[in-house]
Amino acid sequence: MSGHATFQPQSPIVKWLERRLPIVSLVYSSFIAYPTPRNLNYWWTFGGILTFMLGVQMITGIVLAMHYTPHVDYAFNSVETIMRDVNYGWLLRYLHANGASFFFVAVYCHIARGMYYGSYKEPREVLWILGVILFLLMVATGFMGYVLPWGQMSFWAATVITNLFSAIPGVGGDVVTWLWGGFAVGNPTLNRFYSLHYLLPFVIAGVVVLHIWALHMVGQNNPTGVEPKTDKDTVAFTPYATVKDGFFICVFCIFYAWFVFYIPNYLGHSDNYIMANPGQTPTHIVPEWYYLPFYAILRAIPNKLLGVTALAGAIIVLAFLPWLDTSRVRSANYRPLYRQFLLIFFAAVIGLGYLGSQEPTGGYVVAARILTLYYFGFFFVILPLLGLFEKTKPLPNSISESVLRHGVPIGASAPPPSAAHG
Amino acid sequence: MNLNPRRSIVAIFAIAVSLSGLTTLAAAQEADAPPLQSWSFAGPFGIYDQAQLQRGFKIYREVCSSCHSLKLIAFRNLADPGGPGFTEAQATAVAASFQVTDGPNDQGEMFQRPGKLSDYFPPPFANDQAARAALGGALPPDMSVLAKARSYERGFPWFILDAFWQYQADGPDYIHAILNGYEDAPAGFTVPPGGNYNKYFPGNSIGMPKPLSDGQVEYTDGTPQTVDQYGRDVAAFLMWAAEPTLDARKRLGFQVMVFLIVFAGLLYFTKKRVWYAVHHDPDLLKPRPPTEYQP
Repeated sequence: MSGHATFQPQSPIVKWLERRLPIVSLVYSSFIAYPTPRNLNYWWTFGGILTFMLGVQMITGIVLAMHYTPHVDYAFNSVETIMRDVNYGWLLRYLHANGASFFFVAVYCHIARGMYYGSYKEPREVLWILGVILFLLMVATGFMGYVLPWGQMSFWAATVITNLFSAIPGVGGDVVTWLWGGFAVGNPTLNRFYSLHYLLPFVIAGVVVLHIWALHMVGQNNPTGVEPKTDKDTVAFTPYATVKDGFFICVFCIFYAWFVFYIPNYLGHSDNYIMANPGQTPTHIVPEWYYLPFYAILRAIPNKLLGVTALAGAIIVLAFLPWLDTSRVRSANYRPLYRQFLLIFFAAVIGLGYLGSQEPTGGYVVAARILTLYYFGFFFVILPLLGLFEKTKPLPNSISESVLRHGVPIGASAPPPSAAHG
Repeated sequence: MNLNPRRSIVAIFAIAVSLSGLTTLAAAQEADAPPLQSWSFAGPFGIYDQAQLQRGFKIYREVCSSCHSLKLIAFRNLADPGGPGFTEAQATAVAASFQVTDGPNDQGEMFQRPGKLSDYFPPPFANDQAARAALGGALPPDMSVLAKARSYERGFPWFILDAFWQYQADGPDYIHAILNGYEDAPAGFTVPPGGNYNKYFPGNSIGMPKPLSDGQVEYTDGTPQTVDQYGRDVAAFLMWAAEPTLDARKRLGFQVMVFLIVFAGLLYFTKKRVWYAVHHDPDLLKPRPPTEYQP
């Protein structure tokens, strides 16, 4: 929709600034007058939630970094010192550790919403690809953050994940040595992970700016998938979207606080309260919950190189979604078949997540293979064919038509405008 | 093939059921699940029982500390709020009863002196190798965060329900179970040399010999002197050692929850009010600058 509202400054100070740096009009057109579709549901608040979570993670992380020691001999105990002796250190650490989980909760909701309503389709391909890049950066940042407490799971997760690069033909071994900064996961590895864990969130923030820029070029999608055509289809960002986002961020924080204050270790693994010991492999190495679906895909494939390719491919394939989906209808609300296949896809991802947490034996491997097949089949077979054969439901002519009947909001008791205004 | 919503729900349900069936099969070979205990620190308002922490500390001091270190706990912590509730004088007396290595002094020698409040609990062995040498190869783990470093498989659907009823006592339940899990090995089970049969330990063979028996530690407050009670008390003490800020966390948590719920309620009604015009009376919408839409 790319709406551009004109901003006429009244105050002489703002007028003076506007002629030199038009930052007030930028904020005005981006966050106040910016037209947002009037029919957005609460699934559209996760973008705001993600921005909020990025802020929480950066603020808590910067303070934690003031007390943390990135050294294999001191890292574990420095985290315990934060928990015991730093004022509200337990709060900072539990906010940060659980914050990572809730960041991923929000990003999975955000991605699922994009897939359900076809938010990746023309003209939003670049917006979507920037989102996939953000997700990749989050995965890397989260993984390196998990290594920092230097518990058993930190160490062995770092060992397993860095070893994946050894599958690269020819240079794999050298790449792994280069990543480690040595011949095993050790102090140089911890140091560089700490450095990058501090750097990447700022890279994320930079890409978020591009993501929002691209969003403001093409405008938000909406549950009908029909572009806004007139002012009847939109409302101003402030106060309408601001108050709605604010309300749902607060609701999201209730869930977040439930974990932070009442079950702060529920999402963690008890082995990570044992200091890293390179001489003792845990009986069962598992990543954090938010990587489990991808871990299940990795283990479902017996060949290491193919497994690693599938692991990476499972995320990279998202970037090609705009072209794999051949349908011209965006919203799953008007695509009955796509809707069913997509809901099964979501169930398959949850199933893969469960399988990723279990020992890879017997029935689990078979189940993981079936679900992996569905995962990739969904992208490479179902989506391209569905667009050609699916009979879609008729789209409304406009957003306002979908929510208004004869110009009156559906469910409202007011008489039609003709009667009211005579 | 036209899938309808009902069929897809059936499909999701079928996947869930088959997954849960697989779990039951896998769980059959694990050690016994620890019986759940009732803990004073469970739930949203649960806090530590001071008397229980003091009894647990007595057991740690008289029994566990001969093999297990408690390196991250300082004597001053015994007098911290939310802990065992010793007075500063009592904690100082406890500290003074331990000999701590200090130094080097002006002659360059390390020396022994009575502990101070700022000292940490001295380990029973100089290093891990000394512990192994003295204990036939087994290394007793440090107990500072042991209660958070031990758990057991909860299985489906419990691992989901645990998030709702706030089950975070898997560590203490496990520790209590281990202390009460010593029995004669069943017929057909060969305990490896240096091992002791324990029905709750993974693999059922634990290096630690049965550490506690009824009446071993004297309680002066009339609490039953049974292994069951000892296990609960020392597990509670270890939970405090691992999570000394639990009381403060629950207290702040309640305040944050009340604030968030009230604030969310206010925001909800604000949102309803703001959106009223959009939903019910478009004429009330404030005029805004003209917007150009792409064709």
